[in-house]
Amino acid sequence: MVELYFLLVFMIIGSVGALQAKDLLSSVVALGAVGLGLCLTFLILKAPDVAITQLVVEILSIIILIRATLRKDLPEVPTGGWMFPSAMGVGFAVILLLVALKCFPDLPVFGEPKLRVAQHYLDSGLQETGAANLVASVILDYRAYDTLGEATVLLTAVMGVLAVVRKVGRKKPDQPEEQTDA
Amino acid sequence: MPEKPEPGMTILVKTVTRLTAWLILLYGIYIVLHGHISPGGGFAGGVIIALSFIHLMLAYGKEVVFRKLSKEMVELMESTGALVFLAIALLGLTTGYFFGNFLPAGEPFNLFSAGTIPLSNIAISFKVWAGLFAVFLALVLLRIDNVGE
Amino acid sequence: MIYLLCLVLFCVGIYGLLSKRNIIKMIVGLIIAEHAVNLFFILVAYRRNGRAPILAPDVAITQMVDPLPQALVLTAIVIGLATTALLVALAIRIYGKYGTYDIAKIRELRG
Repeated sequence: MVELYFLLVFMIIGSVGALQAKDLLSSVVALGAVGLGLCLTFLILKAPDVAITQLVVEILSIIILIRATLRKDLPEVPTGGWMFPSAMGVGFAVILLLVALKCFPDLPVFGEPKLRVAQHYLDSGLQETGAANLVASVILDYRAYDTLGEATVLLTAVMGVLAVVRKVGRKKPDQPEEQTDA
Repeated sequence: MPEKPEPGMTILVKTVTRLTAWLILLYGIYIVLHGHISPGGGFAGGVIIALSFIHLMLAYGKEVVFRKLSKEMVELMESTGALVFLAIALLGLTTGYFFGNFLPAGEPFNLFSAGTIPLSNIAISFKVWAGLFAVFLALVLLRIDNVGE
Repeated sequence: MIYLLCLVLFCVGIYGLLSKRNIIKMIVGLIIAEHAVNLFFILVAYRRNGRAPILAPDVAITQMVDPLPQALVLTAIVIGLATTALLVALAIRIYGKYGTYDIAKIRELRG
Protein backbone atom coordinates (compact mmCIF):
# COMPACT_ATOMS: atom_id res chain seq x y z
CA MET A 1 0.00 0.00 0.00
CA VAL A 2 2.97 2.30 -0.43
CA GLU A 3 1.59 3.67 -3.68
CA LEU A 4 -1.58 4.72 -1.86
CA TYR A 5 0.39 6.93 0.53
CA PHE A 6 2.39 8.28 -2.39
CA LEU A 7 -0.75 9.20 -4.32
CA LEU A 8 -2.39 10.82 -1.31
CA VAL A 9 0.68 12.95 -0.58
CA PHE A 10 0.73 13.90 -4.27
CA MET A 11 -2.90 14.94 -4.07
CA ILE A 12 -2.33 17.05 -0.96
CA ILE A 13 0.66 18.81 -2.56
CA GLY A 14 -1.34 19.35 -5.74
CA SER A 15 -4.30 20.83 -3.92
CA VAL A 16 -2.10 23.20 -1.93
CA GLY A 17 -0.55 24.24 -5.22
CA ALA A 18 -3.99 24.72 -6.73
CA LEU A 19 -5.01 26.99 -3.89
CA GLN A 20 -1.81 29.02 -3.79
CA ALA A 21 -1.19 29.45 -7.51
CA LYS A 22 -0.87 33.01 -8.75
CA ASP A 23 -3.21 32.94 -11.73
CA LEU A 24 -6.48 31.12 -12.07
CA LEU A 25 -5.63 29.00 -15.10
CA SER A 26 -2.73 27.20 -13.42
CA SER A 27 -4.91 26.73 -10.37
CA VAL A 28 -7.52 24.93 -12.47
CA VAL A 29 -4.85 22.79 -14.15
CA ALA A 30 -3.47 21.78 -10.75
CA LEU A 31 -7.00 20.81 -9.75
CA GLY A 32 -7.09 18.53 -12.78
CA ALA A 33 -3.90 16.85 -11.58
CA VAL A 34 -5.53 16.25 -8.19
CA GLY A 35 -8.56 14.70 -9.86
CA LEU A 36 -6.45 12.33 -11.94
CA GLY A 37 -4.57 11.29 -8.79
CA LEU A 38 -7.94 10.58 -7.19
CA CYS A 39 -8.90 8.46 -10.21
CA LEU A 40 -5.73 6.36 -9.85
CA THR A 41 -6.42 5.98 -6.13
CA PHE A 42 -9.90 4.62 -6.86
CA LEU A 43 -8.38 2.15 -9.28
CA ILE A 44 -5.93 0.92 -6.64
CA LEU A 45 -8.75 0.63 -4.11
CA LYS A 46 -10.62 -1.75 -6.48
CA ALA A 47 -13.41 0.57 -7.56
CA PRO A 48 -13.32 0.58 -11.38
CA ASP A 49 -16.83 2.04 -11.82
CA VAL A 50 -16.01 5.01 -9.64
CA ALA A 51 -12.64 5.45 -11.35
CA ILE A 52 -14.20 5.68 -14.83
CA THR A 53 -16.85 8.12 -13.63
CA GLN A 54 -14.31 10.23 -11.80
CA LEU A 55 -12.07 10.43 -14.87
CA VAL A 56 -14.74 11.66 -17.27
CA VAL A 57 -16.39 13.95 -14.73
CA GLU A 58 -13.03 15.52 -13.96
CA ILE A 59 -12.47 16.26 -17.65
CA LEU A 60 -15.88 17.90 -17.98
CA SER A 61 -15.55 19.97 -14.83
CA ILE A 62 -12.10 21.17 -15.90
CA ILE A 63 -13.55 22.23 -19.25
CA ILE A 64 -16.32 24.17 -17.49
CA LEU A 65 -13.89 25.84 -15.08
CA ILE A 66 -11.51 26.76 -17.88
CA ARG A 67 -14.33 28.40 -19.79
CA ALA A 68 -14.95 30.52 -16.73
CA THR A 69 -11.33 31.63 -16.48
CA LEU A 70 -10.15 31.74 -20.07
CA ARG A 71 -10.18 35.46 -20.82
CA LYS A 72 -10.02 36.56 -17.22
CA ASP A 73 -6.76 35.08 -16.03
CA LEU A 74 -6.18 38.08 -13.82
CA PRO A 75 -3.42 37.73 -11.28
CA GLU A 76 -4.77 37.60 -7.80
CA VAL A 77 -4.03 40.98 -6.28
CA PRO A 78 -4.47 40.93 -2.54
CA THR A 79 -6.33 44.05 -1.45
CA GLY A 80 -5.10 44.48 2.08
CA GLY A 81 -5.92 42.27 5.07
CA TRP A 82 -4.96 38.78 3.90
CA MET A 83 -3.68 37.86 7.36
CA PHE A 84 -7.02 37.43 9.10
CA PRO A 85 -8.74 35.15 6.58
CA SER A 86 -5.81 32.77 6.26
CA ALA A 87 -5.37 32.66 10.03
CA MET A 88 -9.07 31.87 10.33
CA GLY A 89 -8.87 29.16 7.69
CA VAL A 90 -5.83 27.50 9.25
CA GLY A 91 -7.34 27.75 12.71
CA PHE A 92 -10.60 26.15 11.63
CA ALA A 93 -8.75 23.36 9.82
CA VAL A 94 -6.61 22.62 12.87
CA ILE A 95 -9.65 22.53 15.16
CA LEU A 96 -11.42 20.18 12.76
CA LEU A 97 -8.34 17.95 12.65
CA LEU A 98 -8.13 17.80 16.45
CA VAL A 99 -11.81 16.95 16.84
CA ALA A 100 -11.69 14.30 14.15
CA LEU A 101 -8.64 12.66 15.74
CA LYS A 102 -10.87 11.67 18.65
CA CYS A 103 -13.20 9.82 16.26
CA PHE A 104 -10.52 7.72 14.65
CA PRO A 105 -10.58 4.82 17.16
CA ASP A 106 -14.26 4.26 16.35
CA LEU A 107 -13.68 3.80 12.65
CA PRO A 108 -13.28 0.29 11.25
CA VAL A 109 -9.65 -0.71 10.72
CA PHE A 110 -8.44 0.01 7.20
CA GLY A 111 -8.83 -3.14 5.15
CA GLU A 112 -11.52 -4.78 7.30
CA PRO A 113 -14.92 -3.24 6.55
CA LYS A 114 -18.00 -4.03 8.62
CA LEU A 115 -20.11 -5.35 5.68
CA ARG A 116 -23.28 -5.45 7.76
CA VAL A 117 -25.66 -4.75 4.88
CA ALA A 118 -23.41 -5.44 1.96
CA GLN A 119 -22.78 -9.07 2.82
CA HIS A 120 -26.30 -9.85 1.70
CA TYR A 121 -25.69 -8.01 -1.59
CA LEU A 122 -22.46 -9.90 -2.14
CA ASP A 123 -23.98 -13.28 -1.41
CA SER A 124 -27.30 -13.12 -3.24
CA GLY A 125 -26.95 -10.20 -5.64
CA LEU A 126 -26.54 -12.39 -8.69
CA GLN A 127 -29.54 -14.59 -7.95
CA GLU A 128 -31.86 -11.73 -7.07
CA THR A 129 -31.04 -9.24 -9.81
CA GLY A 130 -29.08 -11.14 -12.45
CA ALA A 131 -26.50 -8.38 -12.85
CA ALA A 132 -22.86 -9.36 -12.71
CA ASN A 133 -21.78 -5.87 -11.77
CA LEU A 134 -22.82 -5.62 -8.15
CA VAL A 135 -22.44 -1.84 -8.06
CA ALA A 136 -25.01 -1.57 -10.86
CA SER A 137 -27.35 -3.90 -9.01
CA VAL A 138 -27.04 -1.77 -5.87
CA ILE A 139 -27.57 1.51 -7.77
CA LEU A 140 -30.48 0.48 -9.93
CA ASP A 141 -32.20 -2.28 -8.02
CA TYR A 142 -31.60 -2.37 -4.28
CA ARG A 143 -31.19 1.35 -3.79
CA ALA A 144 -32.90 2.86 -6.80
CA TYR A 145 -34.56 5.45 -4.58
CA ASP A 146 -31.17 7.10 -4.11
CA THR A 147 -30.68 7.21 -7.84
CA LEU A 148 -34.10 8.79 -8.32
CA GLY A 149 -33.17 11.46 -5.80
CA GLU A 150 -29.88 11.98 -7.59
CA ALA A 151 -31.69 12.42 -10.90
CA THR A 152 -33.93 15.01 -9.24
CA VAL A 153 -30.91 16.92 -7.95
CA LEU A 154 -29.33 16.86 -11.40
CA LEU A 155 -32.55 18.15 -12.99
CA THR A 156 -32.75 20.92 -10.40
CA ALA A 157 -29.15 21.97 -10.97
CA VAL A 158 -29.64 22.08 -14.75
CA MET A 159 -32.79 24.14 -14.30
CA GLY A 160 -30.88 26.48 -12.00
CA VAL A 161 -28.13 27.00 -14.57
CA LEU A 162 -30.67 27.63 -17.33
CA ALA A 163 -32.55 30.10 -15.12
CA VAL A 164 -29.34 32.01 -14.35
CA VAL A 165 -28.63 32.25 -18.06
CA ARG A 166 -32.15 33.25 -19.12
CA LYS A 167 -32.11 36.34 -16.96
CA VAL A 168 -29.27 37.77 -19.02
CA GLY A 169 -30.98 36.98 -22.27
CA ARG A 170 -34.20 38.70 -21.34
CA LYS A 171 -32.52 41.90 -20.24
CA LYS A 172 -30.97 42.66 -23.64
CA PRO A 173 -33.08 40.91 -26.26
CA ASP A 174 -31.86 42.92 -29.26
CA GLN A 175 -28.14 42.49 -28.72
CA PRO A 176 -26.58 40.75 -31.73
CA GLU A 177 -24.89 37.48 -30.89
CA GLU A 178 -21.17 37.65 -31.28
CA GLN A 179 -19.11 34.98 -32.89
CA THR A 180 -17.09 32.88 -30.51
CA ASP A 181 -14.28 30.59 -31.37
CA ALA A 182 -13.94 27.92 -28.80
CA MET B 1 -5.76 33.10 -46.13
CA PRO B 2 -9.52 33.26 -46.58
CA GLU B 3 -11.12 36.61 -45.88
CA LYS B 4 -13.76 35.27 -43.58
CA PRO B 5 -12.21 33.05 -40.91
CA GLU B 6 -14.11 29.85 -40.27
CA PRO B 7 -15.36 29.21 -36.77
CA GLY B 8 -13.54 26.62 -34.74
CA MET B 9 -9.97 25.52 -34.49
CA THR B 10 -7.39 24.72 -37.16
CA ILE B 11 -7.73 22.10 -39.89
CA LEU B 12 -5.50 19.71 -37.94
CA VAL B 13 -7.82 19.63 -34.95
CA LYS B 14 -10.86 19.31 -37.20
CA THR B 15 -9.47 16.30 -39.04
CA VAL B 16 -8.58 14.49 -35.86
CA THR B 17 -11.99 15.34 -34.40
CA ARG B 18 -13.75 13.90 -37.43
CA LEU B 19 -12.00 10.61 -36.72
CA THR B 20 -12.34 10.50 -32.96
CA ALA B 21 -15.74 12.00 -32.10
CA TRP B 22 -17.69 9.00 -33.39
CA LEU B 23 -15.35 6.60 -31.64
CA ILE B 24 -15.91 8.39 -28.36
CA LEU B 25 -19.67 8.30 -28.94
CA LEU B 26 -19.55 4.56 -29.68
CA TYR B 27 -17.46 3.94 -26.58
CA GLY B 28 -20.02 5.79 -24.49
CA ILE B 29 -22.85 3.70 -25.91
CA TYR B 30 -20.86 0.53 -25.23
CA ILE B 31 -20.28 1.60 -21.63
CA VAL B 32 -23.99 2.26 -21.16
CA LEU B 33 -25.20 -0.99 -22.70
CA HIS B 34 -22.70 -3.16 -20.81
CA GLY B 35 -23.22 -1.36 -17.51
CA HIS B 36 -24.61 -4.42 -15.76
CA ILE B 37 -21.86 -6.89 -16.66
CA SER B 38 -18.72 -4.76 -16.69
CA PRO B 39 -17.54 -1.52 -15.06
CA GLY B 40 -19.33 1.57 -16.23
CA GLY B 41 -23.02 2.26 -16.23
CA GLY B 42 -25.38 5.05 -17.02
CA PHE B 43 -23.51 7.83 -15.26
CA ALA B 44 -20.09 7.29 -16.78
CA GLY B 45 -21.49 6.46 -20.21
CA GLY B 46 -23.72 9.52 -20.19
CA VAL B 47 -20.81 11.80 -19.37
CA ILE B 48 -18.73 10.18 -22.15
CA ILE B 49 -21.49 10.78 -24.72
CA ALA B 50 -21.79 14.40 -23.57
CA LEU B 51 -18.01 14.74 -23.91
CA SER B 52 -18.13 13.53 -27.51
CA PHE B 53 -20.62 16.28 -28.40
CA ILE B 54 -18.57 18.83 -26.50
CA HIS B 55 -15.47 17.66 -28.37
CA LEU B 56 -17.26 18.28 -31.66
CA MET B 57 -18.42 21.67 -30.47
CA LEU B 58 -14.99 22.80 -29.27
CA ALA B 59 -13.40 21.87 -32.57
CA TYR B 60 -16.04 23.05 -35.05
CA GLY B 61 -17.86 25.88 -33.31
CA LYS B 62 -21.42 25.81 -32.15
CA GLU B 63 -23.25 26.06 -35.50
CA VAL B 64 -22.25 22.57 -36.63
CA VAL B 65 -23.57 21.02 -33.46
CA PHE B 66 -26.75 23.09 -33.54
CA ARG B 67 -27.42 21.85 -37.06
CA LYS B 68 -27.44 18.28 -35.77
CA LEU B 69 -29.08 18.93 -32.45
CA SER B 70 -31.00 21.98 -31.28
CA LYS B 71 -31.24 23.16 -27.72
CA GLU B 72 -34.90 22.31 -27.41
CA MET B 73 -34.05 18.78 -28.52
CA VAL B 74 -31.51 18.48 -25.73
CA GLU B 75 -33.95 19.65 -23.10
CA LEU B 76 -36.60 17.30 -24.48
CA MET B 77 -34.18 14.38 -24.22
CA GLU B 78 -33.37 15.20 -20.63
CA SER B 79 -37.02 15.27 -19.66
CA THR B 80 -37.61 12.04 -21.59
CA GLY B 81 -34.82 10.31 -19.69
CA ALA B 82 -36.24 11.39 -16.34
CA LEU B 83 -39.75 10.32 -17.32
CA VAL B 84 -38.64 6.92 -18.59
CA PHE B 85 -36.76 6.29 -15.36
CA LEU B 86 -39.83 7.25 -13.36
CA ALA B 87 -42.02 5.05 -15.57
CA ILE B 88 -39.76 2.06 -14.92
CA ALA B 89 -40.07 2.78 -11.23
CA LEU B 90 -43.86 2.95 -11.44
CA LEU B 91 -44.11 -0.21 -13.53
CA GLY B 92 -42.27 -1.91 -10.72
CA LEU B 93 -45.46 -1.49 -8.72
CA THR B 94 -46.87 -4.41 -10.68
CA THR B 95 -44.62 -6.70 -8.64
CA GLY B 96 -45.73 -5.09 -5.44
CA TYR B 97 -43.34 -2.27 -4.65
CA PHE B 98 -41.76 0.84 -6.13
CA PHE B 99 -38.73 0.02 -8.31
CA GLY B 100 -39.62 -3.64 -8.30
CA ASN B 101 -37.68 -5.61 -10.91
CA PHE B 102 -40.64 -6.71 -13.01
CA LEU B 103 -38.71 -8.35 -15.85
CA PRO B 104 -37.22 -11.83 -15.49
CA ALA B 105 -33.64 -11.89 -14.34
CA GLY B 106 -32.55 -13.97 -17.32
CA GLU B 107 -29.26 -15.69 -17.97
CA PRO B 108 -26.41 -14.08 -15.98
CA PHE B 109 -23.41 -12.59 -17.85
CA ASN B 110 -25.58 -12.09 -20.90
CA LEU B 111 -26.25 -8.76 -22.57
CA PHE B 112 -30.01 -9.17 -22.23
CA SER B 113 -30.23 -10.01 -18.57
CA ALA B 114 -30.76 -8.42 -15.19
CA GLY B 115 -34.35 -7.33 -15.72
CA THR B 116 -34.86 -3.58 -15.64
CA ILE B 117 -31.26 -2.63 -14.92
CA PRO B 118 -30.17 -2.07 -18.57
CA LEU B 119 -33.33 -0.04 -19.26
CA SER B 120 -32.66 2.13 -16.23
CA ASN B 121 -29.07 2.54 -17.36
CA ILE B 122 -30.21 3.80 -20.76
CA ALA B 123 -32.71 6.22 -19.20
CA ILE B 124 -30.11 7.58 -16.80
CA SER B 125 -27.53 7.97 -19.54
CA PHE B 126 -30.00 10.01 -21.61
CA LYS B 127 -30.71 12.17 -18.64
CA VAL B 128 -27.07 12.69 -17.71
CA TRP B 129 -25.77 13.52 -21.16
CA ALA B 130 -28.63 15.80 -22.07
CA GLY B 131 -28.42 17.59 -18.74
CA LEU B 132 -24.68 18.12 -18.84
CA PHE B 133 -24.71 19.15 -22.48
CA ALA B 134 -27.49 21.65 -21.74
CA VAL B 135 -25.37 23.06 -18.91
CA PHE B 136 -22.39 23.36 -21.23
CA LEU B 137 -24.45 25.12 -23.91
CA ALA B 138 -25.85 27.49 -21.31
CA LEU B 139 -22.39 28.40 -20.06
CA VAL B 140 -21.13 29.01 -23.60
CA LEU B 141 -24.04 31.30 -24.44
CA LEU B 142 -23.66 33.10 -21.13
CA ARG B 143 -20.04 33.85 -21.91
CA ILE B 144 -21.00 35.46 -25.22
CA ASP B 145 -23.36 37.81 -23.43
CA ASN B 146 -20.65 38.59 -20.98
CA VAL B 147 -18.08 39.68 -23.52
CA GLY B 148 -20.55 42.21 -24.91
CA GLU B 149 -20.67 44.19 -21.69
CA MET C 1 -2.97 6.63 9.21
CA ILE C 2 -4.39 6.67 5.71
CA TYR C 3 -7.57 8.20 7.13
CA LEU C 4 -5.43 11.00 8.54
CA LEU C 5 -4.03 11.89 5.13
CA CYS C 6 -7.56 11.93 3.71
CA LEU C 7 -8.63 14.27 6.51
CA VAL C 8 -5.67 16.54 5.78
CA LEU C 9 -6.86 16.75 2.17
CA PHE C 10 -10.33 17.73 3.42
CA CYS C 11 -8.80 20.39 5.67
CA VAL C 12 -6.84 21.83 2.74
CA GLY C 13 -10.11 22.19 0.86
CA ILE C 14 -11.84 23.84 3.83
CA TYR C 15 -8.89 26.21 4.23
CA GLY C 16 -9.22 27.27 0.60
CA LEU C 17 -12.96 27.72 0.96
CA LEU C 18 -12.61 29.92 4.03
CA SER C 19 -9.57 32.03 3.38
CA LYS C 20 -9.43 32.75 -0.35
CA ARG C 21 -11.07 35.88 -1.69
CA ASN C 22 -11.28 34.84 -5.33
CA ILE C 23 -14.53 33.08 -6.18
CA ILE C 24 -12.88 30.58 -8.53
CA LYS C 25 -10.39 29.69 -5.80
CA MET C 26 -13.27 29.10 -3.43
CA ILE C 27 -14.90 26.77 -5.95
CA VAL C 28 -11.59 24.92 -6.28
CA GLY C 29 -11.45 24.51 -2.51
CA LEU C 30 -14.98 23.12 -2.49
CA ILE C 31 -14.11 20.61 -5.20
CA ILE C 32 -11.06 19.46 -3.24
CA ALA C 33 -13.18 18.92 -0.12
CA GLU C 34 -15.66 16.93 -2.26
CA HIS C 35 -12.81 14.75 -3.53
CA ALA C 36 -11.68 14.07 0.02
CA VAL C 37 -15.15 12.96 1.12
CA ASN C 38 -15.52 10.63 -1.87
CA LEU C 39 -12.09 9.16 -1.17
CA PHE C 40 -13.03 8.57 2.45
CA PHE C 41 -16.06 6.51 1.45
CA ILE C 42 -14.00 4.32 -0.84
CA LEU C 43 -11.30 3.92 1.82
CA VAL C 44 -13.86 2.66 4.31
CA ALA C 45 -15.15 0.17 1.73
CA TYR C 46 -11.74 -1.33 0.98
CA ARG C 47 -10.98 -4.86 2.05
CA ARG C 48 -7.45 -6.14 2.24
CA ASN C 49 -6.61 -8.35 -0.76
CA GLY C 50 -10.15 -7.79 -1.97
CA ARG C 51 -11.40 -7.91 -5.54
CA ALA C 52 -13.53 -5.49 -7.48
CA PRO C 53 -17.27 -6.19 -6.98
CA ILE C 54 -17.86 -7.64 -10.43
CA LEU C 55 -18.61 -11.31 -10.81
CA ALA C 56 -16.96 -13.39 -13.52
CA PRO C 57 -18.56 -16.41 -15.18
CA ASP C 58 -15.65 -18.82 -14.80
CA VAL C 59 -13.87 -17.89 -11.54
CA ALA C 60 -15.49 -17.93 -8.15
CA ILE C 61 -14.45 -14.72 -6.42
CA THR C 62 -14.76 -15.01 -2.70
CA GLN C 63 -13.40 -11.80 -1.19
CA MET C 64 -14.91 -8.63 -2.60
CA VAL C 65 -14.80 -5.02 -1.51
CA ASP C 66 -17.96 -3.40 -0.21
CA PRO C 67 -20.19 -2.34 -3.17
CA LEU C 68 -22.53 -0.08 -1.18
CA PRO C 69 -20.25 2.95 -0.58
CA GLN C 70 -19.08 2.70 -4.18
CA ALA C 71 -22.66 3.06 -5.38
CA LEU C 72 -23.21 6.07 -3.12
CA VAL C 73 -20.01 7.74 -4.32
CA LEU C 74 -20.91 7.08 -7.96
CA THR C 75 -24.03 9.21 -7.64
CA ALA C 76 -22.25 11.80 -5.49
CA ILE C 77 -19.63 12.46 -8.17
CA VAL C 78 -22.23 13.37 -10.78
CA ILE C 79 -24.09 15.57 -8.29
CA GLY C 80 -20.79 17.30 -7.56
CA LEU C 81 -20.35 18.06 -11.27
CA ALA C 82 -23.86 19.53 -11.51
CA THR C 83 -23.38 21.75 -8.47
CA THR C 84 -19.99 22.86 -9.77
CA ALA C 85 -21.63 23.92 -13.03
CA LEU C 86 -24.26 25.87 -11.09
CA LEU C 87 -21.57 27.61 -9.02
CA VAL C 88 -19.58 28.50 -12.13
CA ALA C 89 -22.68 29.96 -13.79
CA LEU C 90 -23.32 32.12 -10.73
CA ALA C 91 -19.65 33.19 -10.65
CA ILE C 92 -19.76 34.24 -14.31
CA ARG C 93 -22.92 36.22 -13.65
CA ILE C 94 -21.20 37.99 -10.74
CA TYR C 95 -18.23 38.75 -12.97
CA GLY C 96 -20.54 40.21 -15.59
CA LYS C 97 -22.17 42.49 -13.04
CA TYR C 98 -19.17 43.66 -11.00
CA GLY C 99 -16.21 43.02 -13.31
CA THR C 100 -14.15 41.17 -10.74
CA TYR C 101 -13.92 37.83 -8.95
CA ASP C 102 -12.64 39.34 -5.71
CA ILE C 103 -15.28 39.16 -2.99
CA ALA C 104 -13.80 42.07 -1.00
CA LYS C 105 -14.09 44.35 -4.03
CA ILE C 106 -17.60 43.10 -4.72
CA ARG C 107 -18.58 44.05 -1.19
CA GLU C 108 -17.11 47.54 -1.65
CA LEU C 109 -18.87 48.03 -4.96
CA ARG C 110 -22.19 47.03 -3.55
CA GLY C 111 -21.95 49.11 -0.38
